[in-house]
Amino acid sequence: MSRPDSPGTVALVILVAIGGALGANARYFVGTAVSGLGGTFVANVLGCFSLGLLVYGTQRTDLIAERAKLLLGTGFLSSFTTYSTFALETAQSEPVIGVGYVVASYAVGFTAVLVGRSTALHITPDPSAAGRTGECDA
Amino acid sequence: MIDPTYLVAAGGALGALLRHFVSRAVPSEAFPLGTFTVNVLGSFVLGLTVFQEFGNEAFLLVGTGACGSFTTFSSFSVDVVRLWDDDRLLSVGYAAANLFGSLSAIAVAWFLSRGL
Repeated sequence: MSRPDSPGTVALVILVAIGGALGANARYFVGTAVSGLGGTFVANVLGCFSLGLLVYGTQRTDLIAERAKLLLGTGFLSSFTTYSTFALETAQSEPVIGVGYVVASYAVGFTAVLVGRSTALHITPDPSAAGRTGECDA
Repeated sequence: MIDPTYLVAAGGALGALLRHFVSRAVPSEAFPLGTFTVNVLGSFVLGLTVFQEFGNEAFLLVGTGACGSFTTFSSFSVDVVRLWDDDRLLSVGYAAANLFGSLSAIAVAWFLSRGL
């Protein structure tokens, strides 16, 4: 179940905490730079692309260590994006604006994950292709 | 006033850790119930923080920091894409459940705040 490079509990807590602190501040910064609903929207879409890249990229390569995934994925990116602020902003908007905000966030967010996934498939080596050409023979 | 960077960082670190341990404690084999749970819980607490008008420092620590990091849109979206590949109806249901669960949690927080 756990990979050989799985960190212990202390390392896990430190990595997730540092990633979370940085991700929350990056989101706070985007919120001050982009006004209104746009701040959360921009953070969520950027985070969706990056997490798609990370999750699907690491499925095909061991280049990214378990510790880096905890720091970047569980810590930074998951904290950089937020659902609670998105939901509260939706509830506090005029109905038409709220519906548009949900539709836009969902559509662009999911598309960003797909773009991250296809980017990951393009920049990471394909194990089956390597097998066909015999590059993995050793 | 304490520098917002420290408040958001402290809340963000705590929120990320709580998310990790809560979502790991919730069984998520067939359905990403862990992410759903943190999103609904975090929306409820954010609602309370805003409606109770605790002040700017508390909002930065608990709202922007802890609740913002505890809940996640990116993991939610990756869940939706993964479910879509297996079971499209489940994927749509999951996306809708997060929205209605979180909006309902905010409504409950609002009613509780009016009553207090």
